[in-house]
Amino acid sequence: MFMRFVDEFRDGGKARALAAKISALCEPGRQYKLMEVCGGHTHTIYKHGLEDYLPEQITMVHGPGCPVCVIPMGRIDDAMALAAEPDVIMTSFGDMMRVPGSNGSFFDAKARGTDIRMVYSPLDSLKIARQNPGRRVVFMAIGFETTAPSTAMTLLRAAQAGIGNFSVFCNHVTIVPAIKAILDSPDLRLDGFIGPGHVSAVIGCRPYEFIARDYGKPVVVAGFEPLDLLQSIYLLMAQLRGGESKVANQYSRVVPWDGNATALKVIGQTMELRPYFEWRGLGFISHSALKVRAEYSGYDAELLFGVPGVRVADPKACQCGEVLKGVLKPWECKIFGTACTPESPIGTCMVSQEGACAAYYNYGRIRRTRVKEASRS
Amino acid sequence: MCLGIPGEVIEFLPGQPDLAKVDVSGVRRVINVGLLADDVPEPGEWVLIHVGFALSKIDEDEAAAALELLEGIGQAYDDELAALAESRIE
Ligand code: SF4
Repeated sequence: MFMRFVDEFRDGGKARALAAKISALCEPGRQYKLMEVCGGHTHTIYKHGLEDYLPEQITMVHGPGCPVCVIPMGRIDDAMALAAEPDVIMTSFGDMMRVPGSNGSFFDAKARGTDIRMVYSPLDSLKIARQNPGRRVVFMAIGFETTAPSTAMTLLRAAQAGIGNFSVFCNHVTIVPAIKAILDSPDLRLDGFIGPGHVSAVIGCRPYEFIARDYGKPVVVAGFEPLDLLQSIYLLMAQLRGGESKVANQYSRVVPWDGNATALKVIGQTMELRPYFEWRGLGFISHSALKVRAEYSGYDAELLFGVPGVRVADPKACQCGEVLKGVLKPWECKIFGTACTPESPIGTCMVSQEGACAAYYNYGRIRRTRVKEASRS
Repeated sequence: MCLGIPGEVIEFLPGQPDLAKVDVSGVRRVINVGLLADDVPEPGEWVLIHVGFALSKIDEDEAAAALELLEGIGQAYDDELAALAESRIE
């Protein structure tokens, strides 16, 4: 029964039928640019070569929804400064370990003897703090609203248990201001959005309503299977054809319209919006990231240690900013696949599996020329 | 990190209603289910796990599809599973 269901999501015949329906919705002579915001979707698109199913008139533009990719160099350097404090144990997710700062990555620092440990969950960090009462354990928190509730729950637990040697270096970002920044950027004319799946499981669908209302662009929150994405593209195209712009939920089997109230509550209890935050490639975006709330300041690594907070420009050759905004396709970056590879990434988009450059590098099999032309028009 | 790993709830830890043992591709680990306080999963039900926390309930079919998608990712999923296997939150 398992396999039958999985096959149903992958069914080539169904995919072609959907593709034909999508083609039929294209108006002659019009080019469509649809942005998938989430890196998980980018991954599915490249893995299954979905662009090959789509008519030439439709271009998928990859958005900024890869949390590792949007962390700017300066924050990595800040984390390194924290990690270098003599009594600190720095902890973070595996994805962070290879992200280059101006002085190398966590892996490089670890090789130089800095105590940096990879953890699966912020709760693992908390446990390390309990086991090492003589050390100060910092958790480098990254991610959108999918991981922020986990950091929030961990902060609450630390406070309840009175664990004083644990703190969070908070780099949580929120997806909606990033979408707004892209909508306001003059570089790119988009026709519609594939909304992120698991972020929406937390925030629900309402936060996207301004995109439909104020910008007149349709949004469809989508699942991660190839047919989920094709169906969502169909739903977007049907709205565009009918001159509509609404928020629709293709992934209602996981995403409740109103999100997860408990998750939102614990985020609100422990974290608050920063006035602004720097995103790699997108620059400073106001109210786009979270910091530890004043009530929990004893757990805020930025306050406990102080960080240099120096802004560091990306390496000259790096074009992650353009890739994150969807202005360039990964292979259009001059160092793609040559100086910058998943083994030795120069930019962040090559680090995480959710990054557009890594996804393309690993599955590169779509017809470059067609997409390249379409993305230029 | 954003995809989430499907796991089947096996049992709750005695006296710790936030913690449940789950089975993920044959790996049994304790995760936190506190974020599902409004709709607590029963043993035998499936959840999507993000960094040690269940974030949503899913049905068995969805779990199978999600698992297959993850297995297709290869190394990154193996790393994530290995990390989960190392994780000791209780
Ligand atoms: S190839 Fe490397 S430097 Fe260029 S955009 Fe991709 S990740 Fe950034």
